[in-house]
Amino acid sequence: MALVTLGWLNIFAAIYDETANQTIWDLSLSSGRQLMFIAAAAVIVVVIIIIDMRFYETFAYLFYGLILALLFLVPFIGKEVGGNKAWIGIGSFGVQPSEFAKFITALAVAKYIGSVGFKMDNLRNQAILFALIGVPIILIQLQKDTGTALVFTSFVLVFYREGMSPFLLIVGVCAATIFVLTLLVPNPLYLHAAIALLLILLISFGKKKFKRIAILVIGALLISGVIVSVDYVVNNVLKPHQQNRVKVLVNPDIDPLGVGWNVTQSKIAIGSGGFIGKGFLKGTQTKFDFVPKQSTDFIFCTIGEEFGWIGSLVVIGLFVTLLLRVIFLSERQKSRFARAYGYSVACILFFHFAINIGMTVGLFPVIGIPLPFFSYGGSSLWGFTILLFVLLKLDAHRSQVLQRI
Amino acid sequence: MNEGRREIVQLVFVLVGLIFLIKLFFIQVLDNKYAELADSNAILRQVEYPFRGLITDRHGKLIVYNTPEYDLTAIVKDIKNFDSTKFCQVFEISREDLRLKFKEMKKRKEYSPVKPTLFIDQLSNLDFARVQDRLDEFSGFYIEARTTRAYTTTALANALGYVSELSKDQLERDEKSFYRQGDYIGQSGIESYYEEQLRGKRGVRFKLRNVKGVEKGSFKNGAYDTLSIPGQNLVSGIDLDLQQYGELLMKGKSGSIAAIEPSSGEVLALVSGPSYDPNLLTGSRYSSNFRLISNDTLKPLFNRPLMAQYRPGSIFKIAQAMTALQEKVITPETRIRCDKSLIGCHPGHDNQDLRGAIANSCNPYFLGVLRKMLNKGVSSSPFEDTRIGLAEWNKHINSFGFGSNLGIDLPNEKGGLIPTPAYYDRAYDNRPWKFSNIYSIAIGEGENLVVPIQMANFAAIIANRGYYYTPHLIKGMGKDGKPLPKYTERHYTTIDSSYFRIAVDAMQQVVESGTGQYRARLADIIVCGKTGTVQNDPLPAHSVFIAFAPRDNPKIAISVYVEDAGQGARAAASIASLMIEKYLLGKTKRQFIEDYVLAGKFLDQKN
Repeated sequence: MALVTLGWLNIFAAIYDETANQTIWDLSLSSGRQLMFIAAAAVIVVVIIIIDMRFYETFAYLFYGLILALLFLVPFIGKEVGGNKAWIGIGSFGVQPSEFAKFITALAVAKYIGSVGFKMDNLRNQAILFALIGVPIILIQLQKDTGTALVFTSFVLVFYREGMSPFLLIVGVCAATIFVLTLLVPNPLYLHAAIALLLILLISFGKKKFKRIAILVIGALLISGVIVSVDYVVNNVLKPHQQNRVKVLVNPDIDPLGVGWNVTQSKIAIGSGGFIGKGFLKGTQTKFDFVPKQSTDFIFCTIGEEFGWIGSLVVIGLFVTLLLRVIFLSERQKSRFARAYGYSVACILFFHFAINIGMTVGLFPVIGIPLPFFSYGGSSLWGFTILLFVLLKLDAHRSQVLQRI
Repeated sequence: MNEGRREIVQLVFVLVGLIFLIKLFFIQVLDNKYAELADSNAILRQVEYPFRGLITDRHGKLIVYNTPEYDLTAIVKDIKNFDSTKFCQVFEISREDLRLKFKEMKKRKEYSPVKPTLFIDQLSNLDFARVQDRLDEFSGFYIEARTTRAYTTTALANALGYVSELSKDQLERDEKSFYRQGDYIGQSGIESYYEEQLRGKRGVRFKLRNVKGVEKGSFKNGAYDTLSIPGQNLVSGIDLDLQQYGELLMKGKSGSIAAIEPSSGEVLALVSGPSYDPNLLTGSRYSSNFRLISNDTLKPLFNRPLMAQYRPGSIFKIAQAMTALQEKVITPETRIRCDKSLIGCHPGHDNQDLRGAIANSCNPYFLGVLRKMLNKGVSSSPFEDTRIGLAEWNKHINSFGFGSNLGIDLPNEKGGLIPTPAYYDRAYDNRPWKFSNIYSIAIGEGENLVVPIQMANFAAIIANRGYYYTPHLIKGMGKDGKPLPKYTERHYTTIDSSYFRIAVDAMQQVVESGTGQYRARLADIIVCGKTGTVQNDPLPAHSVFIAFAPRDNPKIAISVYVEDAGQGARAAASIASLMIEKYLLGKTKRQFIEDYVLAGKFLDQKN
């Protein structure tokens, strides 16, 4: 089965290679580098397969500590790229520790979940888990790399699989809805009024028990509080370019030449691809820089423009297949560590996939995270390679786990 | 305990994938808006205007050419940090003008704040050179170059015509949809007649551009591009020196000179007086100048050689003589007494033969000739007899190119009038008419009307002894250098070639010993001519002269018509002979004649 997965990856790699080459086909430097990154990724794969599987589990916390230290240092020694200070320069190349932090955090989280005596119901255990993902989030946010920081929230889905109550997820979804509503409705007062109205209706038509009324009132107050804080965060905490990204999500036509440029141009590029696309290297929008960051965050535009809906179907199909395959692999793991790790891999990949494509087609705000295996960039490629192949390594030795226990 | 959660996670993955595909299907397949936006983003349609063909004279001297002109356009949205003081200073306009320019621009139909809109049109070469270097100080302003017509001389204005933006009417009439709004089109003269040859073919290029508007090569390797094809160059038969000399001679006079090379029908000179400077009707000055020129009471836009219909006067007697000889109602030896009872005549002759009658322009003689022509006694009714005779007469006269358009390669040509039986029926309201009613046509007066180019063509017919090529200004078009096919066709008159020898003799006599001897005779060249003095009461008569020279193997046939200038032997004969001298010898040997013409006091009998 490992071989089959490798086959998929080869397909991925092939597409990836083409895409990278065509997008930046006139910049031989970038495509050349990307080829080098791929070669390096292959080396990493070999190394991962050689290293004993127990190595990952054993040293998970150590790595975790190391990466936290590195993340902590980045703001001081890093160099600034595109408004984010997330890079450590090594020669002419930059390395993003945050990319590797995903993998290491996944290991740590999995190890903790897989540790003897861990119970998801245990509040203390839960708190530690959230701390495990919370610390890197804070550190990465300090680098002002919101996109990558948000990726860590995808671990919540892993916790859910491992037994956490869905309550948190539901609250999360509700919060997101309220968040979007807050942005959509020009004046938060309307929202507060609507909540108050809803509250009054619920109280007057339901059973008039004190406890119920109290819960409703508290709930309403909480929601109002969220609205106020969202409003505050959007307008006062986020940096202007982030504010704009969020606002454009709600109304991309606010200013098609200004703030909404990225999304508008991205949609034009994808939309102009039609059913079968313009053909390899024939894209006018991506080739002539109408879409910004087309070789990294907006790589999907190239696929959409040059290969059309069919191309998008293939890519999305491959991603979903990969995700389901990863879930399948995780589920057949015999150790809880491996299974939790597998889910972490799936969730991280999913988050990247969903947010990245979502933003290029205008469904999510523009958050600068790469599309796994497609976007140009060594750190990201290596990060995903490590994530995936450690899982494969674990999978290949799943029978040994039994022996060991 | 957590069974089912795996499925939920998987469901979420698949669902997100599906949502993306559906959304993609909407924007990629169902909505064409994005494809169009992409095209307008990246594809720039550039029209390449062809160069309009050049026009040269018969010796290859340039007459009409193209010169670059520069428009200043503005993209309002791109105008930033506009320094109006500096702008006014660089473009040398006042603040008030600047405000007006902005106002005008915003009123334009095609105005859009994101597209280039005309701001100042037609900067001159000089302005452009000065402004060019400083343009980058004014963001949002751009120079657009195009070409406009220019003329090497002020001559030939009416024949050349002018070029201007095509009107709404013209755009609607353009069935082949060749033109677009804002295109330029030949509006009169050669520019109009040869519009199809001169205009060339517009080219279109589809260019790809990147986000900054920088061109990135052609779209689909130029598969949809068309090259602009420059218009054909035209070689005219005009002798520019002769033309300019003719305009000099006609200065301050009303009338026309038309000179033709008899052996080809090529027009050597076509002077219309008064004229205008063709450079006035180009570029930015067009609209204001056009109003001035078209309102001028002297009608400088009226192309007299083609459009002014005059009574031909005595020159018509030669046509009468030829017709009568052909109909055998007279012989060259026929003598008719100069009986002044019906019609006046000049003194100094009494009973002459045909040559003498032509040389002395004897009116009663030709009255008699016409009587013989029209009343041959084929019918006992004098009315019917005249009708039959007139129809025959028409046939011959029309074969000289009179009475209908010759078909010169210029628009608005008039055909003149040769009265037919039907014409007199109408004129007399179907009451009977006979010779005694219509005899004044005998001497080129009465109802006859001809235009000067027909008179010159008539001279060419005599020079050729009986045939002509339709007069034309353009002797060669494009690469193969041939005129339009219709101009290589020989047209014969209905008169036998042998009779023309008599006309030639008579016209030689006119110049050597007749009415033309004082001002048309040249020392080295045998000139054959005929004077005409066309009554124009109460104003002085029009002065007319037709001629060709040399007598054998003639190189030039000419007609001169000077309005209100008295006897044909004075103004017209002088001008015609000067033109012949100029063309055949390069310059006149008779300075006093030139001075006489330039002074223009033809009515002063002391001269």
